[in-house]
Amino acid sequence: MKIVVCVKQVPDTNEVKINHETGTLIREGVPSIINPDDKNALEEALRIKDIHKDVTVTVLSMGPPQAKEALKEALAMGADEAILLTDRAFAGSDTWATATILSAALSKIGDYDIVFCGRQAIDGDTAQVGPEIAEFLNLPQITYVSNLEVDEDNNKVIAHRSIEDGYFVMESKMPVLLTAIKDLNTPRYMSAWGIFQNANTTEIMEWTVDDLTVDLTQIGLKGSPTNVYKTFVPTRKFEGEILEGETPQDKAREFLVRMKERHIL
Amino acid sequence: MNFDFTNEQKMIKQSIEAFVKNEIEPIAEEIDKEHRFPRETIKKLGENGFLSIPFPTEYGGAGGDTISKNIVIEEIAKKCGATAAIVSVHYLPINLILRFGTKEHKEKYISKLAHGEYIGAFALTEPNAGSDASNVQTTAVLDGDEYVLNGSKCFITNGGEADVYVILAMTDKSKGTRGISAFIVEKDTPGFSIGKIEDKMGICASSTAELIFENCRIQKENLLGKEGQGFKLAMIGLDSGRIGMASQALGLAEGALEETIQYLKEREQFGRPLIKFQGLQWYLADMHSRIEASRWLVYRASYLEQTGKPFTVEAATAKLVASETAMYVTHKAVQMHGGYGFMKDYPLERMMRDAKITEIYEGTSEIMKIVIASQITR
Amino acid sequence: MSKAKVNQGINLDEYKNVWIIAEQRDGKVLNIALELLGEGRKLADKLGVELTAVLLGHNMDEAAEELVKYGADNVLKVDHELLKVYTTDGYTKVITDLIKERKPEIVLIGATTIGRDLGPRIASRIGTGLTADCTRLEIDETDGKLLQTRPAFGGNLMATIVCPKNRPQMSTVRPGVMEKAKYNVDRKGNIEKVIPNIKDEDIIAKVLEVIKTEKKEVNLADASIIVSGGRGLGNPEGFKLIEEFAKKLGGVVGSSRAAVDSGWIDSSHQVGQTGTTVRPKLYIACGISGAIQHLAGMSESDCIIAINKNPDAPIFDIAHYSIVGDLYEIIPAIMDAIDDADNILKEI
Repeated sequence: MKIVVCVKQVPDTNEVKINHETGTLIREGVPSIINPDDKNALEEALRIKDIHKDVTVTVLSMGPPQAKEALKEALAMGADEAILLTDRAFAGSDTWATATILSAALSKIGDYDIVFCGRQAIDGDTAQVGPEIAEFLNLPQITYVSNLEVDEDNNKVIAHRSIEDGYFVMESKMPVLLTAIKDLNTPRYMSAWGIFQNANTTEIMEWTVDDLTVDLTQIGLKGSPTNVYKTFVPTRKFEGEILEGETPQDKAREFLVRMKERHIL
Repeated sequence: MNFDFTNEQKMIKQSIEAFVKNEIEPIAEEIDKEHRFPRETIKKLGENGFLSIPFPTEYGGAGGDTISKNIVIEEIAKKCGATAAIVSVHYLPINLILRFGTKEHKEKYISKLAHGEYIGAFALTEPNAGSDASNVQTTAVLDGDEYVLNGSKCFITNGGEADVYVILAMTDKSKGTRGISAFIVEKDTPGFSIGKIEDKMGICASSTAELIFENCRIQKENLLGKEGQGFKLAMIGLDSGRIGMASQALGLAEGALEETIQYLKEREQFGRPLIKFQGLQWYLADMHSRIEASRWLVYRASYLEQTGKPFTVEAATAKLVASETAMYVTHKAVQMHGGYGFMKDYPLERMMRDAKITEIYEGTSEIMKIVIASQITR
Repeated sequence: MSKAKVNQGINLDEYKNVWIIAEQRDGKVLNIALELLGEGRKLADKLGVELTAVLLGHNMDEAAEELVKYGADNVLKVDHELLKVYTTDGYTKVITDLIKERKPEIVLIGATTIGRDLGPRIASRIGTGLTADCTRLEIDETDGKLLQTRPAFGGNLMATIVCPKNRPQMSTVRPGVMEKAKYNVDRKGNIEKVIPNIKDEDIIAKVLEVIKTEKKEVNLADASIIVSGGRGLGNPEGFKLIEEFAKKLGGVVGSSRAAVDSGWIDSSHQVGQTGTTVRPKLYIACGISGAIQHLAGMSESDCIIAINKNPDAPIFDIAHYSIVGDLYEIIPAIMDAIDDADNILKEI
């Protein structure tokens, strides 16, 4: 069985800070990580590999050359092979163009049984690339997967698909595209064996636009249907009041008075 | 000269940091309070390869380097000195079995030790043979196909919890240190029992015990190395172990400094955060400088070990400086936390207690000075 | 099936009207549909076009009526047994067919777990852009295009997205952000029954069963008082105090992502960009530094109280009332003060 996991290297948005004077993001010193949901997807693929025989797990990422770090991390967790899609022609891609490029790479890889993505990336939060890949490859999709069982004999998967107040039990034939959420599993650590015996010894394949069969009008900035019109930093609206007091009891009293004044409590 | 981490070392650091954050930091206070040996944590460390980094892959090792091994101990010690001590000591018997053991020894023990299924311990110290290791009184007498062990060992880290012990015993008293031999003894061997479990000042989650041998019969094949090689083997093991201990001390110091900086940023007195007070900043600078000095001594000693060069003096120097730094930094850190530093709600008092042992075990600071002086005055 | 293309120089003038996809579950229209009607109404009025609600399901006559009362000019009611429960394949096919046939200018979908599955599948089948999880929608005064604003980088940055060359312009809209449409019992509209072209074999990923979880519901979205805890609690036990505090105020417990990531509390309590967006009467943030990702989910609350040791914590920038101090001292003091409220208020 062949599983391809799409991963994205993202800045850890918990660490992102804002320069309030210039209104821009401070990305310097912000660590790059594998997008958390993608890590859950990878973990699930590796679990399937632990349980079933003859499973290969390929990680696929699109990004600048430094995204290799994320792929190395995936190899250290136990993935078998890694492919980086990197080319200036890919720059500025929105979700449509990104999904176009990734699905072209998936077509080149071929013979996959499961394409696994994270639900969404923490930098863009769109949750669109997975379903768009599924559409372009004409695959059924199950998103928000919180539990998965692979029935290899019958060539199908049974998944729990999370919704706001519960979940659907779903079934699909393979090949299928799945998107993982945090509840699916707890990702493993990079193991020492993986780090020394796999991550730094397995060559990461680099594919450029020339390696893919892809319509050049449908990728990059000019192949993106959506454009960024403007960006801005969310503004603070007002100055609040600091509840002063010598002791916690004084502050608590101030709190109580304000709440009564405003008829909140 | 190159002071950068390799890719592998960076990844090991990243991975163990995550492990410590999820698996060790949350329980550090609790296992200290309850004096609970973190067996599950050790097992998980093993499952992820953190106990097998420098060993060859044919015995289940990761085929990595010694510096990476010590980075693991350092990172663990930032949040839990006891777990770091357990790991550091656990590495000692593995190292010795790999270097001196037979193929059968290796096949039987290394993979299980490296995967954390077995815990290892090393027993040299006796009531009358502490810093003076030559005065070993435990005896091993060959009787047919078996050695018969009699005597006792004390202050044995991982004692009572370990599955595999490397024991030093006298096989020929007349030869002095050249009459000492090393043996592999498994727990539950008849005649081998655990005596007093020590109640310690620090590293409370680790186990420190007395081992008692009363006509304990072990197979002849359990001899590790040759007869009479025990002392040499112990010194080799301890040289390497000292770098582990130095890494533990380094981590403790770093952890205490991190906690302190965080605290000083949050705590306000006289209308401004403590971090703004120059008097305290000077302490921080001192703490930092000593930590950096320790760091490079520790890494260099690891590097020498890794590259097969002599490292006895360097290991002793690293342990001397790092352990005294750990004590200095944790002591200052408690002081800078004021009353909170004295309270068990904050991790500093635990770190200070944990730091003290690093000046004592696997050779006291004084012994380190003897080792260093004897080499440089030759 | 060949892949659709974008940016093909289509005639934008062929596209007209605002559509919303009205999500129902068990025949009941979700709140988000009413929010979409509220927002859709504004956009349609601005453009001088009609507002259409598309309703898929089975046996939902009442739901269709309700959509009219909440402001839809037209309802396209697609009633079919195969559409009773949401499936990606079924819903995508039916809605894509309708969009291709009738060419709306704007299509809004709720950014629910279902909308975010459906939206990208439709947009990619048609060949148009989709903007995810919008929190503000406006019409550009100069050329009438839709300006779709959404948080990015965990809410650290707001981005306004446009889809200039393709139609319809599609957005998923974050639940709980837009104002609900007003109910008017006298409102009239057209309800059109649409017969879908759908067969059993069209649905490949099948729903075998719908399970409602019995776990205690954390209804953050509807709570009027929320007490949230973050990393500043120091340990998972801190949530016991938060729970006690919330109980005293008659509120529910929320949390920051950092606390969830640390494994201190279940993710169902998470408030913020990747959790639930809330708008309670009173929001008390305890030991939450105020990462933008958190602020994005609660800054619209009517009254925000922040309790934090660090006076520089960003949470104080948006708090109406800031209390600098150790939450383990402040919260018990507040609980005591509430118990003793009569005496305290008398003194003043």
